[in-house]
Amino acid sequence: MREYLVLRVIAKMMIAFMLLFALYVQFHGDFGPGGGFQAGVISAAAIIFYAVIYGLPAARRVVPEWLVETMVGAGVLLYATVGLAGIVLGGNYLDYFVLDSNPVHGQVRGIFWVEAGVFITVSGVMLKIFYLFAGRRRNEGPET
Amino acid sequence: MAVATLAIVVQRNLFAVVILLGIYSFMMAAVLVALDAVDVAMTEASVGAGVSTVLLLGALYLTKGDELKPLHRPLLPLGVAAATGLVLVYGTLGLPAFSDPSAPIHRHVAPRYISEGPRETGVPNIVTAVLASYRGYDTLGETTVVFTAGAGVIALLRRIRRRKKEGDPQ
Amino acid sequence: MTLANHYSYWVIIFLAIAGLYIVIARGNLVKKLVGLSIFQTSVYLLYVAPGKLIGGTAPIVSPQFQVYSNPLPHVLILTAIVVGVATLALGLALVVRLEEAYGSIEEDEILPQDRDA
Repeated sequence: MREYLVLRVIAKMMIAFMLLFALYVQFHGDFGPGGGFQAGVISAAAIIFYAVIYGLPAARRVVPEWLVETMVGAGVLLYATVGLAGIVLGGNYLDYFVLDSNPVHGQVRGIFWVEAGVFITVSGVMLKIFYLFAGRRRNEGPET
Repeated sequence: MAVATLAIVVQRNLFAVVILLGIYSFMMAAVLVALDAVDVAMTEASVGAGVSTVLLLGALYLTKGDELKPLHRPLLPLGVAAATGLVLVYGTLGLPAFSDPSAPIHRHVAPRYISEGPRETGVPNIVTAVLASYRGYDTLGETTVVFTAGAGVIALLRRIRRRKKEGDPQ
Repeated sequence: MTLANHYSYWVIIFLAIAGLYIVIARGNLVKKLVGLSIFQTSVYLLYVAPGKLIGGTAPIVSPQFQVYSNPLPHVLILTAIVVGVATLALGLALVVRLEEAYGSIEEDEILPQDRDA
């Protein structure tokens, strides 16, 4: 799709807003609809959009494979670590009340980090799956 | 939505099926908004209509775009599906009516989440509060499932190229 | 217990049997996965629809509203959707591998090959 000027320009304009919207969904999820799952999918969709318009190598330069694969594991680890932090600070596993001197603030903090972990894993997995499907087409199929 | 579903059933061109599934997902998202499930609708719109359409199209590119005419008569599956439907319809007669405030689903833990959730967690969106805090174990499990599925796809699809070069007899 | 009260369940059942029919009757594996997705969406509705209260609003607490729809099914289905797409991707990956191994994604063509082998 390299020759479609309109698509390329519009895509460039929209991807910034898509990523911004993903961040809004992520951090405003406490007050409106949204959260880690949706934000992860939206940000992955923005990168997939970029890959569809500009080609896979360009997307791989923006978000390299090693970063995606690290994200897949790091999100789950971050989530589990938040749980362990609860134990270390004297509570139960995934108990957020102890994360701050004020229990309500501890809850908010715990939810924030847990959502961040979900965001990282979901966007990592979605991107990785897309890279695999799209990259396979390049290796296997005849040159088109 | 029923029209889109029937079109998916009848249509044999897989490309059209995938696009119809995207349309179907958007309509499903609209229905979910009408049912007050805004978080779910948002997820369905981005996941169902966005990512899964892209993935299905990617898979179609790697395989064939058209479906063969089925060899078997569709009567037996149709009969099984209709019988299942009838049994399910019979089953619904024992369920509480739509939007019945005294139904068991509204009397168990949900009122506590709604009345205590914002005070205990400081988060007005109860869905987020329940997702991340009250049911943190569930969400940890779900995240692990997503992780595992991603790992499975990686295991299935990566580095086929190298294996073929080694002269695998398969 | 009038019929109109159970209308929502019947929509769900219609979607469920449509998905079930596709899964049973069609031999194409991608089509089967699409059928599974439709079945899955019927389950989303099955969970979310009973949680709705007429006159209620989305479960985001605000002083202006008193009645909220049930948030618990939303949480369960929210995660189920994301898990659903991840498993769909896993299924598609399997289909792609099958296509490479057998040269077909039709059940009717794959099974005879297995029998002959």
